[in-house]
Amino acid sequence: MSIFPAKGVWWNEPVEKSEVLWVSIAFLWAMIMFFMMPYWHFAGEQNLSNEAYKISPDAFVEKTENFAAKYTVREDAATGIPVVAPPAGSDVYIFGRTFEWWPMLELEQDKSYRFHISSADYMHGFSLLPENINLQIIPDYEMVLTITPTSSGEFSIVCNEFCGIGHHNMVGKIFVK
Amino acid sequence: MSADSSGNIPFMQRLLDSPFVLLALGVLVPTVIYTVWGVVEALSIPMAP
Amino acid sequence: MANFRTCPDTGFKIDLQADKLIKWNAVTAVVFLLVGGLFGLLVALTRWPAVHLLDADLFYLALTAHGLDVLLVWIIFFEMALLYFTSAILLNSRLAMPKVGWLGYVLMLVGALITNVAVLQGNSTVMFTSYVPLQAEPHFYLGIILFAVGALLGCAVFFGTLYIAKKERTYEGSIPLVTFGAMTAAIIAVFTIATGAVILIPTMLWSMDIGLIDRVDGLVYRIVWWGMGHSSQQINVAAQIACWYAIAAILFGAKPLSEKVSRTAFLMYILFLQLASAHHLLVDPGLSSEYKIFNTSYALYLAVLGSMIHGLTVPGAIEAAQRKKGFNNGLFEWLAKAPWGNPVFSGMALSVVLFGFLGGITGVIMGTEQLNIIMHNTMYVPGHFHGTVVVGTTLAFMAISYWIVPTLWQKEMVMPGLAKWQPYLFGLGMGAAAIFMMGAGTLGVPRRHWDIAFADSAIGHVFPEAANLMMGLAGVSAVVGSLGALIFILNMVGTILWGKAKVPAPASAEPTPAETPSAATSYGGAGTMAVPGTFVLAMVFLTTFVLYYFVNWKYLAGVWGLS
Repeated sequence: MSIFPAKGVWWNEPVEKSEVLWVSIAFLWAMIMFFMMPYWHFAGEQNLSNEAYKISPDAFVEKTENFAAKYTVREDAATGIPVVAPPAGSDVYIFGRTFEWWPMLELEQDKSYRFHISSADYMHGFSLLPENINLQIIPDYEMVLTITPTSSGEFSIVCNEFCGIGHHNMVGKIFVK
Repeated sequence: MSADSSGNIPFMQRLLDSPFVLLALGVLVPTVIYTVWGVVEALSIPMAP
Repeated sequence: MANFRTCPDTGFKIDLQADKLIKWNAVTAVVFLLVGGLFGLLVALTRWPAVHLLDADLFYLALTAHGLDVLLVWIIFFEMALLYFTSAILLNSRLAMPKVGWLGYVLMLVGALITNVAVLQGNSTVMFTSYVPLQAEPHFYLGIILFAVGALLGCAVFFGTLYIAKKERTYEGSIPLVTFGAMTAAIIAVFTIATGAVILIPTMLWSMDIGLIDRVDGLVYRIVWWGMGHSSQQINVAAQIACWYAIAAILFGAKPLSEKVSRTAFLMYILFLQLASAHHLLVDPGLSSEYKIFNTSYALYLAVLGSMIHGLTVPGAIEAAQRKKGFNNGLFEWLAKAPWGNPVFSGMALSVVLFGFLGGITGVIMGTEQLNIIMHNTMYVPGHFHGTVVVGTTLAFMAISYWIVPTLWQKEMVMPGLAKWQPYLFGLGMGAAAIFMMGAGTLGVPRRHWDIAFADSAIGHVFPEAANLMMGLAGVSAVVGSLGALIFILNMVGTILWGKAKVPAPASAEPTPAETPSAATSYGGAGTMAVPGTFVLAMVFLTTFVLYYFVNWKYLAGVWGLS
């Protein structure tokens, strides 16, 4: 019994057939699952670049403000946050700050943008809805990835990392035409 | 640990009977593969251009 | 010199110091389950949109306390009891360094109290994860550090007992499989605690603002902290599987199908289970895919292989034992004739099934590098870990408590009728809550979020009506599950305080070993006993796993392009 010591040379005891079979099948499945991740890097359209830089929050905010100054097309009526329409294929800057995502973006469907995302203060969760794309945003780090919107409409960025008592009010917008 | 008696116990059984060897492995393996590798990667992220 | 008594039910020689330490740790664990569970109920009642009980600041406070009290305090106190039980008692040995064991207990208790006070004071609402640069009061971290040091001392007592039992030859051969599983848990615990110290001590110094440390890097914090945060839950996996094997042995006289295979599966845990801490870092900036893939897969999924092995061998051991007793008709007579009215068995059986299907499968899928993108920090995450730590670990600990408490205290249970229903109420209630949380997560509902209606926000996001429905159903299910937890706690506390003393009758109908083990049958594997029923069940599990795994890849393929 499993609650009593095992005596003798148990390592050499025979293993029953169905157990051997199960271990083999499970091992095969483990290898398939392992293979899927590198495979998706070649075959899939959804991979993170893992490109990132260290940057101070102030420096990143300044970069983002310069970016917004260039391409702002209007202000959001409810929040006063600028709505920025960068040209297709360009660099896009956005940061989280308690409790907003700044700025809002206007993008074109099926065009690619090089996103730079960071935080001005605490950790934030970049949750793009209803797509359900989720990224961890850490202050002092600039995350870089290329995003290609493949559908149009109004999208929200909900913060899904706790960042303070007003965390649940933190919402940003991306409009795709 | 299992130094006493029987010389014909297989290596794997003797390994599994050695709690302190397993303890050392169980702390060392994740420390190197997970913690050290991860922290080294984090610290080698370059400054923004 | 150590003093012993002999257990009238099992014949084990029990070191009185070990006896006391087990009892105090187990009772303290249950008290913190009550506290942490109540905080959890408050959280559930707030996230149920139609109820929305607490204000925002109290909600986040309750969520912080809930995480700490159940994910660390309840679980680790109970694990200390298991460590002392599986070492001193199962090895018929005295407990090494009982004073150190008591010091550990006191440190854990004081630490847990300090951290709870810090959270209740209101200035340490930083969640269980306490991600920098959010800052808690210094004593928030101090409490966790003290708690961890106490637990480390408990591990030292465990390893010390293994050492002296071997030296004093209190047993012959290899330690029992159950003790081996507990040792796996203890090894993971040592890594967990050491890692926790590495990150929490500097963080505490930083929070004290005395000029020693003026900055803690967010990414490094996350990497190291999760070495503790996730590994602490891997202690649970190992401990809970040790409980499964123990219950199979106690109720059915089951022998492991093969000592070799089961112990090798635990070895995979010892080496690789902790790597899964990387599950949390898959959408973090700057870490390479090589790092992410190797770690998140627990080294080519070898630790998952270990879990799939235990998933076969635990029910397989029971099937073999039942068939030997004559329940040999068809594929499933052995299972149909199992004692489903005995909470020790039903709790364990539900724990195996629910952990596998709800906790295990979803954990592997969420821990896949790219699939994590569509799940990270959504309600899918708490859905997953309520499938592991609640209906897996907590239920397994409840099941073994139904045996340990009456046996160790030698008392009759005060509510045997309710106890029959309790595992179903708790397991199915919390299991349903986990499923609905995951459902909400697939719709993008964020975790750790007070109001998905965004009532106070200038702009919001409109979730599909199904999301509100899922959150409501999760709330209802959590209330049902909480009722189950409450019945368990009342029953245990009541039994300990007011239970009638057991009459030491040899013909006790309570769960004593079903088959009196003679020397010839008490050790070794079950040999070549075939377990066709279990194999069929395992294939059902694998089919579910494969289908659900690829369904999620299909979901992922539908979202915006990312590169």
